[in-house]
Formats: sequence, structure tokens, C-alpha cells
Amino acid sequence: MKTTIDGFDEHTVLHRLTHYLPAQNPLKDFVHHNTLHAFQHKNFHEALAKATTIFGYKTYLPLEDFRKRFNKSEINETVLDWVIEKEKGKENFSVWKDKLLNQNYHESVKARIGNLRANWKKEYSINLEKSTHSLLFRVLCSYLDQGIALWIFPEKATGFLAAIKALEQNTSQSLFSSTRVKELLFKNASITELLEIVVGKQELYEYYLFDQQFAHPGWSGMIATIEINPSSLLDTRPITFEELVKFELLLEIDVLDKKFNSNWSPLGLKVRAHEYKLFEPIKYNELFEVLSLWQKAFEWSFYDQVLASVKETEQVPVNSTPSFQGLFCMDDRECSFRRHIEHQDSKAETFGTAAFFNFEFYYQPVNGKFHTKLCPAPVTPKYLIKEEHRKKKHVKDFHYHKHSHSLLFGWIISQTLGFTSAFKLFLNIFRPSMSSATTSSFKHLHKKAKLHIENQNINDRESDLQVGFTIEEMTNRVEGLLKSIGLIKNFSSLIYVVGHGATSVNNTHYAGYDCGACCGRPSSVNAKVACFAANHPKVREMLKERGIEIPLETQFLPALHDTTRDEIQFYDEGILSEFNQKLHFQNQEIFSKALQNNAKERSRRFDTINSSDSLEKVHKNVKRRSLSLFEPRPELNHATNAMSVVGRRSMSKQLFLDRRSFLNSYDYQIDPSGDFLAVILGQVAPVAGGINLEYYFSRVDNQKLGAGSKLPHNVMGLIGVANGIDGDLRPGLPSQMIEVHDPIRLLVVAEHFPEIVKKAILKNPSTYEWFKNEWVKLVVVHPENKQLFVFEKEDFIHYQAIQKTNYVQNELEVDVETKENLPISILKTA
Amino acid sequence: MENILQFFLLLPFLGFVISAFLPENKEKLISIIAFSTVFIQFLGIVLFSIIWIWNDSPDLNLREITVFKTAHYEFFINFYFDRITAVYLFVGALLTSMITTYSRYYLHREKGYKRFFTTVLFFFFGYNLAILSGNFETLFIGWEIIGISSFLLIAFYRERYLPVKNAFKVFSIYRIGDVGLLLTMWASHHLFHENITFMKLNNYELVNEHLQNHSIIGVFIALCLACAAAAKSAQIPFSSWLPRAMEGPTPSSAIFYGSLSVHLGVFLMLRTFPFWEHQTSMRFAIGLMGLTTGIMSSLMARVQSSVKSQIAYSSISQIGIIFIEIALGLEVLALIHFSGNAFLRTYQLLVSPSVVSYLIREQFYTFQLKSEKENFFFPRKIRNTLYVLALKEFNLEAFLNFVLWRPLKIIGKSLDFLNIKRVYFFFIPLFALGVIAYQFKEILPNELRSVLPEIFAGVGLVFVFKSFSERKSPFLAWILIVMNHFWIALAIVFNEHVTVNEIAFYLAGIIVSGAIGYLALLKLKQMEKRILLSQYLGHVYEHPKFAFFFLLATLGITGFPITSTFIGEDLIFSHIGSNQIVLAFFVASSFVVSGIAGIRIYARLFLGPHVKTYHELPYQSS
Repeated sequence: MKTTIDGFDEHTVLHRLTHYLPAQNPLKDFVHHNTLHAFQHKNFHEALAKATTIFGYKTYLPLEDFRKRFNKSEINETVLDWVIEKEKGKENFSVWKDKLLNQNYHESVKARIGNLRANWKKEYSINLEKSTHSLLFRVLCSYLDQGIALWIFPEKATGFLAAIKALEQNTSQSLFSSTRVKELLFKNASITELLEIVVGKQELYEYYLFDQQFAHPGWSGMIATIEINPSSLLDTRPITFEELVKFELLLEIDVLDKKFNSNWSPLGLKVRAHEYKLFEPIKYNELFEVLSLWQKAFEWSFYDQVLASVKETEQVPVNSTPSFQGLFCMDDRECSFRRHIEHQDSKAETFGTAAFFNFEFYYQPVNGKFHTKLCPAPVTPKYLIKEEHRKKKHVKDFHYHKHSHSLLFGWIISQTLGFTSAFKLFLNIFRPSMSSATTSSFKHLHKKAKLHIENQNINDRESDLQVGFTIEEMTNRVEGLLKSIGLIKNFSSLIYVVGHGATSVNNTHYAGYDCGACCGRPSSVNAKVACFAANHPKVREMLKERGIEIPLETQFLPALHDTTRDEIQFYDEGILSEFNQKLHFQNQEIFSKALQNNAKERSRRFDTINSSDSLEKVHKNVKRRSLSLFEPRPELNHATNAMSVVGRRSMSKQLFLDRRSFLNSYDYQIDPSGDFLAVILGQVAPVAGGINLEYYFSRVDNQKLGAGSKLPHNVMGLIGVANGIDGDLRPGLPSQMIEVHDPIRLLVVAEHFPEIVKKAILKNPSTYEWFKNEWVKLVVVHPENKQLFVFEKEDFIHYQAIQKTNYVQNELEVDVETKENLPISILKTA
Repeated sequence: MENILQFFLLLPFLGFVISAFLPENKEKLISIIAFSTVFIQFLGIVLFSIIWIWNDSPDLNLREITVFKTAHYEFFINFYFDRITAVYLFVGALLTSMITTYSRYYLHREKGYKRFFTTVLFFFFGYNLAILSGNFETLFIGWEIIGISSFLLIAFYRERYLPVKNAFKVFSIYRIGDVGLLLTMWASHHLFHENITFMKLNNYELVNEHLQNHSIIGVFIALCLACAAAAKSAQIPFSSWLPRAMEGPTPSSAIFYGSLSVHLGVFLMLRTFPFWEHQTSMRFAIGLMGLTTGIMSSLMARVQSSVKSQIAYSSISQIGIIFIEIALGLEVLALIHFSGNAFLRTYQLLVSPSVVSYLIREQFYTFQLKSEKENFFFPRKIRNTLYVLALKEFNLEAFLNFVLWRPLKIIGKSLDFLNIKRVYFFFIPLFALGVIAYQFKEILPNELRSVLPEIFAGVGLVFVFKSFSERKSPFLAWILIVMNHFWIALAIVFNEHVTVNEIAFYLAGIIVSGAIGYLALLKLKQMEKRILLSQYLGHVYEHPKFAFFFLLATLGITGFPITSTFIGEDLIFSHIGSNQIVLAFFVASSFVVSGIAGIRIYARLFLGPHVKTYHELPYQSS
């Protein structure tokens, strides 16, 4: 078996190829990430130009669009002038401004990808894609299927090709028609050998494989992801990307043999090899220059607004103990919720952190056959949290039942259930309600559930995981949590730890609506575990030794905020002391008011809700959306996200951020060395930055980098969605999620001394890459004099805000009129 | 009472026309018009049905208007109402009104919001027309409207490759089914010597009297009907189109391919049941087809790993059973089964995105390892063979390709030497020769005279084959379709005595829309320079209005019921003798294939991924 010949090494090429493919997990584990992660080692704009030239992606908004935004003053002229002058110098200013505003450019993209394989059509008049894709996708999907088909793939083996072989050996109907192909299959021909037959010229092999796999990046990416992370399928199916490539090459040979009776010469002999260089350096194209200038002007119009406001916020000293405290997710959807809570109770204090609350573990609910990971995706936990036994009902709905697809049961079902389904449909259209198909955040953790959290015996292990945390492990995590958000003194007697989740129905991307820090699950279990630890007397004792003294009366209470419905559920209320119970009773009023206001603030972007209705009505309508089968936008998710604040709440408390900001609490005073900052930025960049960039790219090219409209989507094997039944998987975000999003890179505003921040980001090279190559934009606010420093070309440069600061009186009044983004401003009432 | 029937057509038609003229950005207005049209219709039907049942449910027949009449021929619109009509109208209006409400929010902000609702109303009109029809001619109009609106709905996402490809595929199968209906119309003319109404089909004595002497025609008609019904209801061997029709927004797939459209073949069978009721062999054959379909498609349903194709195949298998029920004469059961199946599949499709969360949760709590649930009881080899066969859809696609499209393309390709110039220089003189020959018809030898109609019709047919397989010039493809009709006209004048009026009636629509279309092509060429049929060009992106205009011209030359040609086609058939089955087959085929070829020109030029790449473009594999 040959795998290498001069200049072509199979494994290197396959490795490189998988690097460029979309890396999206199966639906249940949907996690946001930078769509163009393969280009991250390059500067942002350079990478975009390259991605367009090679792969044909659109990477910016169209020129026309930028100009429109300019005319509508969404792009500020002063900012635009500043950008051009800065980038091109005073002397070239007018030339470039004219180019930006008036010159016509050909925006057509002639991508390199696909050019080599296009010769099949030109030279052989054969449409290879049309003949191979349908069967290829079908076989892959049947093999990987997680529970749609009634008949699963009949042969199980140690791998995909082994299963295919087993199938071929024991059937009188082959998948292939050419005997040569069957021989090749059974003698385990390597990719190199197959390419010799198909392409014939080794300098073209790599190009050919890229062409082939990028004709269906959805499936290729999925297979590559499953290979790396096999446990992302509950019913595991061993498969490698290499097997996919082999199988596809075999199918190609089969089709060609069938058409030309084995009488065809390799493609490579028909073309001039030197014309096909996929990764050749790209030529200068002024269009990209113009687009990147527009992009910067677009971004800075927003950034500058933010910075102009940040500079003007006043430091309000906190003297007394807050009435209560709340820990929330850093998620942009919690941004306005926290503000509304603080407005309801001006003495309340809120914090933002990644909502796994520093407790990473697998979770196994009662009767669960598998473990669910509840922490950020890159982390591999060593702990298992189990739910203690309780009676649990599993609601069934026969409309989803497989028997309705069989001949005889189908006959009975269609004449019985058929009629009730008309009725059900009628009900759902006119009175949507919870059903067994609804993904509800509150179902993730039952209110009465008891968890096994504390590890009693170090030998208590299950499938290589330690069951529960020991006292010391809990203490370490609580200490880390509290220190990173800057809460080490001034504890209130009641501290809420609030996770978040979402509720939706008929939504294949439901996992993307839940907490990103918990691998696309609601973060209620994490909240409960964190509270258990923080309330534990022995943990408190140990914390005290480490300098954090939590008063005896202080209690932590877990809760879950449903971001779609704007509802909150509290857990373990029984543990509260009498005093705290009273307090909690009052606070619930505050929460419910804040939730109503939050629903109202969100509602202005929903077309079907009249935001000027009464609070109750608006809230009711918001809740209704989450249960309606026909509502493709139960909530808008992270759409419009644009920035992230890492600093004390005082820096952001007075700002009206229009729900566009991630908020991480961090106090530079207790972290003079920047160690915690390094950890936080190490999370902000890939998590918030990943979300931001996935929205960015899905927005600028919803066809190639996004999933297109979700309305025609078809669920494939429970792992992905495709268009129709013969289509490729569609990774990325559907158009309904991104249509209101403005594609701008994430602005990270951090509060510390520039030199410390520099040290902090340099600690981890992969984090540094994000900042250095400007995939996220970093600005540091000097904590003492409020001066601003922009991180550019690996250095901090002093920045002077250009625009005037905006002021608003009441956020609920500015909102209702428009669906567009609102200017970032300072709230006077605060 | 029967006079009320026409309002059930007027209303959807009115709704459709109003909707067509609404501004595109008025989402609310568009959806309100659509919903109120359908909902009022629903209430009307319910009310009407109650009164009708109260009056002992008599069969109602309404002779609407005579559109065209000659000494021996009459084309009239006729309506009929009975139990079958009532059930189909009710189910159709109920589902459509629910779907329009559903889509009102579901399609919010979607490009083509108006297009969607207008097409749905157009479909709804066609559906009601077909269901209420009282004779084959009226049914055929509704049938055609359903065909074209299906095409438009499947290709709703017209900027992508697969929807356009599949829409074209489905449309082609529909047209193939139309051959059956056209030949039925032709043969029943000869059988009954009149434009037979469904009311009269119920008359056992009448039908039996005619059939007694012409049992072969009877079998022929029944076969044609079964073929038309099989194509429309995705029975074997046509089944594979149904899952591929699931390309539009989910609600439209749900209602049309999950329920209404796909049950129209069942309707045709129910409607014409009195006609073949006494042909035992036909009942047996139809039942057998149902059984084969039921078994094969339930096998295919078992291996589907995508939600929508699974529902599609299980729906087909139930329809197979319905065919058996009809063949057994169990009309009531068939009607119940139809309604139940329609509701169930609509609902299952609408909630299909929910299966992810539902089934994954189920898997999470009830998972068993594969080995523990061996779900095949066949021996390994048979099991694997069945699996592969079902996975490859029993090679139905390849079979249809081999039987239908391949011969078409091969014949078409044999004419590859044809280009526009040669058509003008060679075939126009040839045609002229034909016309001259007609002048001297009397002196031609009898043997020659008797085969000339077939020859001319054959030339026309080959022309449309060539048009269908033309890969370069849209002009050539267009001209060939137009000329086909002239050849047919020539064939007919040789065949029988035809008046100038009749020929003019037939060709008028062709000439007008042919000229308009040709000019439109010239204009398009002027705007876009290179227009070739070798790939999809997607020009609708820049010229949506122009595309619509061209679509109308295309429908015109393909005999869609918007010009006189539609009636002309039926008229032409009345001049083909009952013994000239070859001629009838040639003419029917060329009508059908010219429809396919015409839509192909439209699809290639205006639909699919845009050739210009300055905006976001989808992958070919989507």
C-alpha cells in the first residue's frame, strides 16, 4: 500500500485539508467557533482576501452596502476620514476617499477551488458530482444515523470502510457496478493509488482532493470532526476522514468505469499541471484594500461610540453592602437583564463570568445512558456529577413514533392519529403550548432533583471519572471563581448564581441557544454545583484560610434564566435561612419586574410584537414565541453582538449597550499580576470572539459560510441539516439567526494597565494570535486616568475618541420605535 | 344548489389575482388576503356540505360554459359535486388555511414572501378546479395549474441548484403523467362520441353499453388513467420524485407533497372508478400496483436517514394501500384513509425539525446497543441485499432515466447537426413542400397519404426531442418547439377535414407567444451577451420581472390554459381517428415533451445559481 510518492504525502495533505474544512459538531453539541479558523495565523484582512481568492467566500459586506450605510450615517464620516488618513496618509487621502465613495469595482469572485475538477465536465462531458454525491451522502448519512431510520446500517465493524466491505461481501446487490472498484476496495488501495487512477499526475493530487472535498464541505467537515471527537455521537460510529476520501474516489472510478467501460485516461493527462496552484500567493487587488478600509470605518464608527462613552463614565464608590448579589453569564443576552435588575434595586450588585462557574464536569441525569459535558468545549473534565434517583416520567408523542412509517402500523396510525394531528396542528397554530417536542431549559434540571456533588471516597469512580468533587477541589474552584470576578469581600447575605438556557420548538439549532460555556446546554446544573460548594461549611473554612471570608449568614442560591421566555427558576430554596427567605421573597418581585422590562427591551426587534403594548402583554407574546411551531426566531440569540467588557461593573454600569456586549467582571486591584486576566481573556477570545466571528461570516456569506434559510432544512441522521434530501450538510448559522447582525469584529475593552494586559495576553500563544492578528480588537482602559489604548501592531497606542458622547434618559423609552441598532450611550438615570 | 359551486372557484381565483397585484413589501396584507381567501372558502365549503347533506346529498352537476364549439366537437367547463368532492374540498381548504396561517409568521422576512403566497393561492385555485371538475377537460386545466405551481414552489429557492433541478424533475414526471390524461381524453371522445361528464360515468348502463363493443378502448383508457394517477401519486415506478420535491419551505412541502398534491392520483382513481369498476383485470392491475408500491416504498421508508424523505416514502406506501382499497371498491375507507394520511404527514413534516431534540432525548434515556436490538429477521445476505436495494431506491431513478430520458436524449442528439440556420434553410422549405403537397393531396398515392400524418407528427416529435436535449442555443430550442406545433397542424390537415378556423384557433396562441418569447430571448441576449443552455444561468437574480414575462411566453407555447392553444390541442385530438393510436401517441408525446422542453429553457436561463459571482452564491451541492 503506497501512501507517499515524491512530493505527495497523503497524511500531510489530509491533515491540511481537514484544517480548512468547517469544524462544526453534530447538532446536539453545537458550539460557536471562528468559521475561518484555518486562517487565524494571518492578519484578519490578509486572511479574508486569501479566503476569497482561494475558496470563493464573500468575506466583507458588498461595496454597495457599505456606501448605503455611509449615506444613512451608520458609518460616520469623521471616522471614515480618520481611518483613511491613518492607513493611507494625508497625501493620498482624497484619492482613496474617492475610491471608497465612487469608484466601481468588479466584485466578481473567481475562486481557485473547483477549477481542476471542472475539467471532468469540459473534457469528458460528465457531471461527476451529480453522479456521486447523492449516493455518497446517502451512505454516509445511513452509516452515521443516530436514530431516524428504522433499519440501521446492517453491518457493524471497526470502521466505515470495513463495514462497507462486510456489506459488499454479503449481498447480491452491490453499491458499485464496476468489478475493478470492488477489487480496489478489497485490496485496501491507498488514496495515492486511487489518485493515480483518477488523476494520474502527482503534482495535481492535492489540488484534486481539495476540489473534491470542497464540493461538499458540509459532509467532509462533519466526518473530520467526528473522527477527532467520536463521542459527539451518542451511538458511536468509527469513521475517519481518510475513509471518506477513499470511498469517494472509489465511487468516482465506479461512475467513470460505468460510463466509459474502463476506457478512460486520468484527468491529469488532459490538463496543464502548472496552471493549478491552489495556495500560490495572491495578487494585489485594490478592491480588498477598499473593502478593508470600509470595514474599519464601519467598525470604528461603533468602537468610537463605545469608547467615547466608556471614558465618560463616573466612578461610583460602593460603600455599603449590596442588598443582594448575582452572578450571571458573561453572555450578551444577560447584558440587559443585569441592567434591569440594577435599575429595579439600585443597591443590587451583579457580576458576569463564564456560566460554568469554574466547575467543569460530566453530568448524568437519572436514567441517563450517557454523560453530558458541562464546561467549555476545549476542556476535558475528570469529574462526574450524578443525579440521585427519583421517579421520572418520559413523555412520548406517537407522531414522532417510528411505527407510523411502517406499512401496517402506518395504516392504522394514519386513520387514527392522523385525525388528532389535524387537531394538534390547529391548537398549536392558535394556542401554542409546551409539548414533548419543546426544548425547554427548565427541563434540563428538575426543581426537585438531588445531585451527588461531594466526593466522599477518592476511589468512587465511574468510567474513569471521579464521582463528585472533594472539599479541596471545590474550594479551589470557588476561590478561582470569586477572585476572577473580584468578589472577595463585602458579601451580601444572599448571592444568586444564575445560569441560563433557552426554550424553543422546531429548532434544529437549539443547542446554539443555550449556554456556550456549557457546551450548548443550560447552565443550571453548574449553578447548583457551584452553590453547593460555596455553601459548604468546610469549603468556607478552607476559603477563610486562603483569605476569603464569607460571612456565616451568606447563602448562595442557584437559578436559571430562560433567555427566550424571560423567566427565572430558583433551585434549593429550602436551604435558605429565615432571613434570606424573606429577602428572597422580596427579590423575586425585583426579578420578575426586571424580566418584564427585559422582554420589552428585546421585543422591539420582533416584528410580530407591538412593543408599546403593556408590559404584561409584551411578555406574554415573547413567551408565546418560544412555543410556536411556526416561529423561526424564538429569540435572536447572539445577533448584534459586538463587544466585550472585562472590568469592574462600574465601568459598564452606566452604559446603555443595547444588548450588544459580553460582560466579564474583573477587578484589577486584586489581580495586580494579571494572572486572572490572562485566564479571562483566554476565554473571551475563543468564546466571545468565536461567537462573534461565526456571526460575522455567516452574515457576509450566508450561502457558503452560513446555513442559508432554515425554512427548507431537512434533518439528516440527527447530526446535521441539509437542503432537500440530496444536499450537502449546511454548517454555519441559518439566515434567520444573522439577518439583523452587523458584521463587525468584537471589541474587547479591558480595564488594567497596558503593560500588564500585554503580559497577560502574551502568556498563551494561541490567545495572543487572536489579538495580534486582530481577529478581535483589544482596547485597554487605564484604571486610574481612564485613558484609552488600542492594541495595534503588537503595541498599545493612545486613542482619542472622535465622536461626542451620547446620553439617554430612559432605556425603555428609546427602544420601542426602531428595529435598528441604537447608539451606545450613557444612561443618565443610572 | 349547484350554482353555488362556481363560487368555490371564483373565490380562490379572485384571491390569486388580488395577491398577484399586491406590492411585495406588504407582508401583512399579502398574508391576510391569502388567509381570508382560503378561510372563507373553508367556511363556505363546510356550510355548503352541511346543507348538501341535509338535502340527502344528491350528486350535483353544473354545466358552466361552452368555450368552443364546432359541428362535431364541443369544449365546455363542467363541475361536479359528490361525496369525493366534498371530502377533498374539505381537507384541502382546512389544511391550506392552517398552512397559510402558519406560513404567515414562518416566512416572515423571507425573500419571495409574496411569491410564496401567490403561488399557494394559484395552487389552491388549481386544486379546487381539479376537485370540482365535472369532465376531463376541466380536470385537465386544474391538473396543469397544479403542475406549474408545484414547479414554482419546489423551485422556490431558485438561486440554488438542487431545488431547480428537482423542480424540473418533478415537473417532467407530472408531464409524463399528462400523456395518460391526454390520451384518456382522446379515447373517451371516441368511446362516447361526446365530451363525457363524470356524472354520466356513474351511469352504469351508458358506460357498459359503450364498453361492450369497445372493450379494448376501455382497457386503454383505464391504463392511461392509472398511468396518470401513478405519476401524480408517486406510485412505482415514479416514486422517487416525491422525496425530491421536499425542497421548498417546510410548510409548502408539508401541504403539497405531504398531503394534497400527492393524493390527486387517488382522486383521479376514485373519480373514474365507475368507469373501470367492471373491468376486473384493471382492478386487479391497479390493486397490484398499489401493493407493489406499498411494499417497496415501505422498505425504502425504513432505510431513510433523513426526516423528510422518510415521511415522503411512508406517505407513498400508505397511498399504495389506498390504491388497493379503491381497487377493492372500498371508497369510504379510501376517503378516510386519504384524510388521515394527509393530516398525519402534513403534521409530521411541519414538526420535522423537532425530531432532533425529541429523538436525541429519547436516545439519551433509552439507548440500547445495536447488537441488543437486531431488527432484521431475514438472513444476513437477504437483509443486506434488501438494504442496499432500498438505499438505492430500487434503482428507480436509473430505470426512469433509461426508459424515459435516455431515449429522448439519444434521439435528440442524433439531430445535433441542426442549428438555427439549417432549421431555416432546410426545414422551412420542407414544411413548405408539405403545404404544397396538401394542395395536391388528391393526386398523392393512397399509401403515402395515409402515412403522411404520422410522418409529419413524427418530425414534430423529433423536433421537441432535439429542443429538449439542446445544449447550446436557446433560440434553436425555442424555434423547434414552435415549429413542432406547425408540423402537428400539418399532420392533422392531412388526416381529416379541418376548418381553417380550427387550425387558426390552435396556432394563434403559439404564434403570439412564440413571437413574444423570441423577442424576449433577443432582448436577453442583448443584455447578457452569452446565453447558453449548457448550464443554469440564474438571470432571475437581476431580471425578476423579465423572467416572469418570459415564463408566461413559455407557458403560452407549451399549451398551458392561458391561450387558445390549450383548447386547440384538445381540438386537434378530436381529429385523430380511434384507430390511429400511433398518431395520437406522437401528438400527445410532443405536447408533453414540448412542455418539458419549454420549462427547461426557462429554468436554464433564469433559475439556478447566478453566473455572475459578485454576490453570495451557494454551493452546487445545496
